[in-house]
Amino acid sequence: MKKQKSKKVHLMTGNEAVGEAAVRAGCGLYAGYPITPQNELTAFMSKRMTEKGRAFIQSESELAAISMVFGASVAGVRTMTSSSSPGISLKQEGISYLAGCKLPAVIVNVMRGGPGLGNIAPSQADYFQATKGGGHGDYRMIVLAPSSAQESMDFTISSFDLADKYRMPVMVLTDGMLGQMMEPVRLPVMQQPSSANQKPWALTGAKGRNPRFIKSLFLKPGELEGFNKLLQRTYKEIEKKEVRYEALGCSRAELIVVAYGSASRIARASVKDLRKNKKHIGLFRPITLWPFPEKVLKRLTKKAKKVLVVEMSSGQMLEDVRLAVGDDSKISFYGRMGGGIPAKEEIDKEILKCLR
Amino acid sequence: MPKVEKIFSKPKGLQDAPTHYCSGCGHGTIHRLVAEAVDELGIRERIIGIAPVGCAVLAYDYWNFDVTEAAHGRPPAVATGIKRVRPDNIVFTYQGDGDLAAIGTAEIVHAANRGENITVIFVNNGTYGMTGGQMAPTTLIGQKTATSILGRDLVRDGYPLKISEMLAVLDGVKYLERTAVHTPADVLKTKRAIKKAFKNQIEKKGFSMVEVLSMCPTYTGRSINGSIKWIKERVSKDYPLGVLKDATK
Repeated sequence: MKKQKSKKVHLMTGNEAVGEAAVRAGCGLYAGYPITPQNELTAFMSKRMTEKGRAFIQSESELAAISMVFGASVAGVRTMTSSSSPGISLKQEGISYLAGCKLPAVIVNVMRGGPGLGNIAPSQADYFQATKGGGHGDYRMIVLAPSSAQESMDFTISSFDLADKYRMPVMVLTDGMLGQMMEPVRLPVMQQPSSANQKPWALTGAKGRNPRFIKSLFLKPGELEGFNKLLQRTYKEIEKKEVRYEALGCSRAELIVVAYGSASRIARASVKDLRKNKKHIGLFRPITLWPFPEKVLKRLTKKAKKVLVVEMSSGQMLEDVRLAVGDDSKISFYGRMGGGIPAKEEIDKEILKCLR
Repeated sequence: MPKVEKIFSKPKGLQDAPTHYCSGCGHGTIHRLVAEAVDELGIRERIIGIAPVGCAVLAYDYWNFDVTEAAHGRPPAVATGIKRVRPDNIVFTYQGDGDLAAIGTAEIVHAANRGENITVIFVNNGTYGMTGGQMAPTTLIGQKTATSILGRDLVRDGYPLKISEMLAVLDGVKYLERTAVHTPADVLKTKRAIKKAFKNQIEKKGFSMVEVLSMCPTYTGRSINGSIKWIKERVSKDYPLGVLKDATK
């Protein structure tokens, strides 16, 4: 069997890791618009996609970028766009259409502080937008949250696979810290766009077959509800099969810290440090933010006395944790907003407060 | 026995479907002209169409080749995505005036300016037919619509947008013609223009667009004959017919 990863280690930013992963996943078209803190990704793609003879377009707008991605997906080609928070808001139209037309695509959000123009510092304030809709209509999007450059690479590859498997948009949710921080990364094998997938629904020209139509418009009575039911069946299947998480020392923990992405890196340092003092603390890190690892978190937190949620937001994932745990009296929250990053010492303090 | 020859039939590019368009609407004719051009150029098995949001959103119910929908105004960006990954396919957008000249202004300008090797069929009927006859960017001064009940007012609403004239100055645009479908002669001219716009793409000559002035009797509040007269006497005066640019020679 072919080795999945090279032995050689490369030093690259999270943004570049996402880009290289897309190239290696056989992405045939990338479209993007400049916005900080994801610019390295667009610049990287302009070089790498061109080297590989694939399509790179710097679009006139975020709307156009997601629509170009829509077009490439219609044509059956793996495709990706990326942006940061304000730009992702603009892409919601296209994301809803991708969901409504059952089209695979990968969307990367390198989150920054908001609302509005906000700032360009790392943030996790787009959790609601990513996991609860964002665009119009009853749809879901698989959301993968990496916490390192290596995961940025690995999860981007997974995103292309999941998007194709379920014919839907998939989001890689990182932030300005993960995107711009350099770390060692091992590269996965290179896939060619043509071998990526044969898609029997794609528009390729009706040669020797009946014409195909891609649409999200269903006007006949009951037709749209039927289509929505079909989508919901897919989402139920994903909730069953695709939940991903990391649980560190949770089974006998008195306190479980729940955090994802950048916040989980800092929380991990606190948890590891305080465990040295014989404190029974666990770390639970959701990797798929949708589907949220609800069942496993419910089970793991049953015996724990306390649950501490740490986010770089006012408490967005907190709502999913509350639903999973089902006992608000156990739950504490620590959040930083507007691009603020919690220091390890701040989390240490919150953990010790919970254990008192 | 006299020799019998069939000289007129439904193009292969059209499905057998009852029309949803109103009486006197130009869309049916223009759909057919696209299908005839597709047949004559032998590209039915490699063409991919992009339907707009608007009256022609259901174009895929009529054409007998691959068609995708697009969000309102985005067909040129969707066409760009398709054409860049499938350069051997023939890709075209079919858009109304609201789609192309209002909500999708940025997309058409930049697709044209990039010189995308695509074909654009722009149907200008001066109103938003699908949503109930609101004022369009192309609505004439004084023209009454659902959102300009006293007539389009220059001070309040601004001038009719001459998007084709705007696009013609772009270096990326290789062919741009304005035609109409209110008389048989104009229908034939439109057919020739559409065919040329597709042929340009086949020959990799670059961005080609045909603006077709079309009738909307329902929302211009006119009879079918009145609508034909309206195009002849008013619309084609403000939007003169003819080749606006041909850089393909």
